[in-house]
Amino acid sequence: METVERSLWKRLPLSSNYAIAYAAKDSDVDEIAAYPITPQTTVVEKLSEFIANGELNAEMVHVESEHSAMSASIGASAAGARAFTATSSQGLELMHELLHIASGMRLPIVMSVAARALSAPLSIWGDYSDVMNTRDTSWITLIASSAQEAYDSIVQAYRIAESVLLPVMVAYDGFMMSHTYEPVFVSERSGLFSKYIPRKEREFVLDVDRPLTMGAVANPDWYYEVKYQQVQAMEKAYEAASEADLTFKGSFGRGYGLIEEYSVDDADVTLLTYGGVFGTVKQAVDEMRESGISVGAARLRLFRPLPYKELKSLAEKSKAIVVLDRSFSNGVQISGPLAIELSSMLNSYKMSVPLYSYIIGIGQRTVTEADISKIVSDATSRRSTGKSIYWGVRE
Amino acid sequence: MSELAGWKSIPLGAVITEPGNSRERFTGDWRTFKPVINQDKCTRCLRCWVFCPEPAISIVDKQHTSPSGRVWKNTLEINYDYCKGCGICVEECEPKAIDFIEEVK
Amino acid sequence: MSTKQFFRTIFDVPHEEYFSPGHGLCAGCTAGTIAKLLLKVAGPNTIVVNATGCVEVSTTTYPYSSWNVPWIHVAFENAAATASGIESAIIAQKKKGMIDPAKKINVIALAGDGGTYDIGLQALSGMLERGHHVMYVLYDNEAYMNTGIQRSGSTPEFAWTTTTPVGSVWKGKRQTKKPIAEIVSAHGTPYVATTNPNNFTDMMNKFKKGLETEGPSFVHVLQPCTTGWKFDPRYGIALARLATETAMWINWEMDHGEFRVTVTVPRRKHVRNYLKMQGRFSHLTDQEIDEIQKYVNDKVDSINRMTGRTVIGPLVE
Repeated sequence: METVERSLWKRLPLSSNYAIAYAAKDSDVDEIAAYPITPQTTVVEKLSEFIANGELNAEMVHVESEHSAMSASIGASAAGARAFTATSSQGLELMHELLHIASGMRLPIVMSVAARALSAPLSIWGDYSDVMNTRDTSWITLIASSAQEAYDSIVQAYRIAESVLLPVMVAYDGFMMSHTYEPVFVSERSGLFSKYIPRKEREFVLDVDRPLTMGAVANPDWYYEVKYQQVQAMEKAYEAASEADLTFKGSFGRGYGLIEEYSVDDADVTLLTYGGVFGTVKQAVDEMRESGISVGAARLRLFRPLPYKELKSLAEKSKAIVVLDRSFSNGVQISGPLAIELSSMLNSYKMSVPLYSYIIGIGQRTVTEADISKIVSDATSRRSTGKSIYWGVRE
Repeated sequence: MSELAGWKSIPLGAVITEPGNSRERFTGDWRTFKPVINQDKCTRCLRCWVFCPEPAISIVDKQHTSPSGRVWKNTLEINYDYCKGCGICVEECEPKAIDFIEEVK
Repeated sequence: MSTKQFFRTIFDVPHEEYFSPGHGLCAGCTAGTIAKLLLKVAGPNTIVVNATGCVEVSTTTYPYSSWNVPWIHVAFENAAATASGIESAIIAQKKKGMIDPAKKINVIALAGDGGTYDIGLQALSGMLERGHHVMYVLYDNEAYMNTGIQRSGSTPEFAWTTTTPVGSVWKGKRQTKKPIAEIVSAHGTPYVATTNPNNFTDMMNKFKKGLETEGPSFVHVLQPCTTGWKFDPRYGIALARLATETAMWINWEMDHGEFRVTVTVPRRKHVRNYLKMQGRFSHLTDQEIDEIQKYVNDKVDSINRMTGRTVIGPLVE
């Protein structure tokens, strides 16, 4: 870790959930509306504790469903408040229509998602099927791989959201991260981030002194242009996400970039994944390197907008890419979402790097270093790259 | 607001910044029947004004003397740019002072 | 709370308009009347949260808006949840000194029966249970009118709608109208009232009381719909009047535990006077009309018993 000014921080053993709660508190949120769902629950429990103790001056709306959680967040954000919410899985699905509405209405809401598998069958355990299902909703999406990164990313999220006026989602592994304790530096001083995420007057808010209409119906003459504004905003979000991370690193000593690379420079095979499994992947890379296998790994941190520049330069120095996805889009040969997107990107740049797609960790099926090694040897011995391999499914 | 403006100039997220600008849209051409207030019979009870759904009726500061010599300080006027010819005013007028004339055959 | 009447006569109705013409509501849509008068009571320091429906779509077709107060639409089923978020945001910003704590800002959730009785019931119940300072105004035209007259939980028994049509097997809607105001009242909501646009002083007084309530309030307004109920547009207000005169619609309020019928009806008319004017009831047999009359008679007896006096009088043919 980079040098950190000790007096600004206190070091606490926190789960990613608690780290996120601290981050929302330290971001001076005004309003929280959330509904409990495993494995997000302790985020909101901790925030409730902060409010109950007088440590956080915010209004908590104990909504009666996730649909209402996002509705209330939209209302609060539209009324000028800094809004925060959190959910997982079924809850994220229940609020789905409102994800599009929040981004369509250009509201800077920040939401943490403890990534969890989708029913049916019912599963409380982690995978990224819920998060991946929101790809089309125009939410800027960051995927963290440590509790510290989850904390820092929430703070960065407000800077990004309030700059481009699109909502931001910070995703992380349900259970493997949400409930696992790590050492986390959280702000010791109140107002530490007040210059990093200053309170700015937003142009369009519900204000009785400046009446305006939000959420009109747009017929075919207008809808397209309004949506295209979102496209433009998402393009700006790439710059904003880069800038937010660089500025954070400059001010606070910690930064992550948009893609994290590990030992990729002379690798014969480059593994590419997202989220907490990266820890296991890095361990496996070390072990394989030790036994003479030239392998490297990269972790995608910014998922939306997809960082083409960074992915292209990764692809340029890779001889083969093995994408590990923790979700799949059923009905296509290459079904891992990141594999699909990378494949499309390679094609559009006319790059012919062989791409292998593996589906792992579904419904929190355990992934070990041995699995990663076996995947690498499976990929290198494989002739065809045309189909995703569902790793470890029992016959 | 110009017709068919592009994405660069319209406010973000389809926000409408001019309160009540629906006034720029004239709905008077919806009518087939036209209500006409007979200012001599009108007792200024204001019922037409209260019930008009647009609203297309205003109370104006215009004096009127009825044939009986009664001086009214104000006058009810229908704005035909907006009047859709629903007939609620005709129906609710107690002295039956509003004629409902067929405008379009 | 006192029974003071803020609006006693038509001359107490404020002249300032906060609802602009040029919207696309049907000619004769009484929802226009209701929205207009609502804003006259609420005034400029008001944020309106409007659920998807006739009013929302017709008054805010981009780039035009009929609203001269801050207004937001989010979705169909969540006016109450969105309003809860706005109300909380105002409280939070006042606590942090970002908004003047002394500034009174009304938050009104405005929805049709579509967005309230059925899909909107959960959000409404949650808002009531949490006790937000929001007035919920329900404009009830007794069907999903905006999508073309489909039945809702609010549609009265026997009414024709496109999803409860009249044929050899079905004779209109088979269930009775869900008692939404009673359901809201059962939440312990401090101010709950029913009203209609014909009794405009009653309606405006109830809006005023709702806004002044510390906590949630609910005003249920009958909104005759010329297109969906199938009557000549000129009779919109007359039908609201007949609804009350036949006791098919009773104007009451539950005001901090005190129940009052605010528009008494000394001599009640037969329900056929109300029903015969509407195309959606044109298929009713005499037997069905009698059934409806009996239902109303029972309702009247029950209300008279509850208030301890004859607030709704006997049927006079």
